[in-house]
Amino acid sequence: MAAEQTKIIKDGLWTNNVALVQLLGLCPLLAVTGSFINGLGLGLATMMTLILSNTCVSLIRHWTRPEVRIPIFVLIIASIVTSIELAMNAWFHELYLVLGIFIPLIVTNCSIIARAEAFASRNTVFDSALDGFMMGLGFLLVLVTLGSLREIIGQGSLFANAHLMFGESARSVELTLGESYPGFLLAILPPGAFIGLGLLIALKNTIDRRSKQKQAVKLTGSQPASA
Amino acid sequence: MNLHRQVTTTAVLLMLFAATGAALVGLTHDTTADTILHNEKLTLLRKLNTLVPADKYDNDLLDDTIKVAANDLLGTSEVSTVYRARKQDQPVAVVLSPVAPGGYNGSIELLVGIYADGTLAGVRVVKHRETPGLGDAVEVSRSDWILGFTGKSLNNPAEKRWKVKRDGGDFDQFTGATITPRAVVKAVHTALVYFNKHQKMLFARLEPAANKPADTAPTDTTVTTQTPEHGS
Repeated sequence: MAAEQTKIIKDGLWTNNVALVQLLGLCPLLAVTGSFINGLGLGLATMMTLILSNTCVSLIRHWTRPEVRIPIFVLIIASIVTSIELAMNAWFHELYLVLGIFIPLIVTNCSIIARAEAFASRNTVFDSALDGFMMGLGFLLVLVTLGSLREIIGQGSLFANAHLMFGESARSVELTLGESYPGFLLAILPPGAFIGLGLLIALKNTIDRRSKQKQAVKLTGSQPASA
Repeated sequence: MNLHRQVTTTAVLLMLFAATGAALVGLTHDTTADTILHNEKLTLLRKLNTLVPADKYDNDLLDDTIKVAANDLLGTSEVSTVYRARKQDQPVAVVLSPVAPGGYNGSIELLVGIYADGTLAGVRVVKHRETPGLGDAVEVSRSDWILGFTGKSLNNPAEKRWKVKRDGGDFDQFTGATITPRAVVKAVHTALVYFNKHQKMLFARLEPAANKPADTAPTDTTVTTQTPEHGS
């Protein structure tokens, strides 16, 4: 039993990561990761959606019919995303303004319907919620990493605009590389997002290969390298 | 018969889910609608207050508005809103929403605050699609350039100095980006010209008491605004 949950966790965060392995949801991934806060905001919204949609789909999995299951999943996901959009507009208004069109576009993130169809419609509610959480977390971590890298390289700052999410007191957490940093335009522009994501995928593959080689050499059941 | 039944069950099932989904969205909308409206007002007011500080006026800026018809001087192709600030019923400032048509990548939408004496209270960019890192220095979060307009007026600098430095004017351009600042300077200048021409109309009150419900105000003023168009 516990082994199954461990597998779900590992799948979501690493082995079957939405952004690095499945390469789903690239449109929002590449578009909003200009800064740490944008990445975090969209990541949290997507994670919320994944948890809720997986839970709902799993709850009703015995009542749907195969012919109409996809329209039903779409209905569920669309309702959830619209509700999240309204809630963000109400309680995180400024962040909502920054993320703009990408909140409603979560509906079109293929990873959500993919998890509903491939996992939640066949597994228990608890496992599905956990899968939604872990898949969402895996996506969020990539968004945040890419956002941080692009923000540091492109603008020489980190955690800029943190007050959009954490209130006025968070204004002071912004770090800068010093006023003299000239900025690197490419990193902020869309090509920077592609290059950044490519490098992250390459890094993941390298780590995977290294740990495989190590295992082959040692033949002891060592855990994947902590890198 | 069996097929009929199957189709009906499926349809009913879909309908139930659609109804539940709609109910969920409707419920969320109901609970959040007031907060969202409040947020939008607050955001707008905060933006306006960066141009005309809150202690300079005592009326309700968001309520005291008129709609002005599309005008070449404003660069607008639609009716736009003018916010009016007053203190003890004396005109203090207006905030116009002109559009600079000649940006590097489409139009640049501005907010221009002008005091009653014709000096600029401030200029902000509301919406633009200029190149990040080059043209986006018109944003106040990227550089102080846009603050340079504050205190300027039609005669300060003189008419022909209302240009970027490269064109022989007083305003800086950015390294690698002249088109964006040129468009903004031009739009701010023509907004000032517009203000000069239509000042009376812009501050005109519908009725002295102003205790009329706010929602009827715009319709009346749209009519008024059309007259000064060919006047003066």
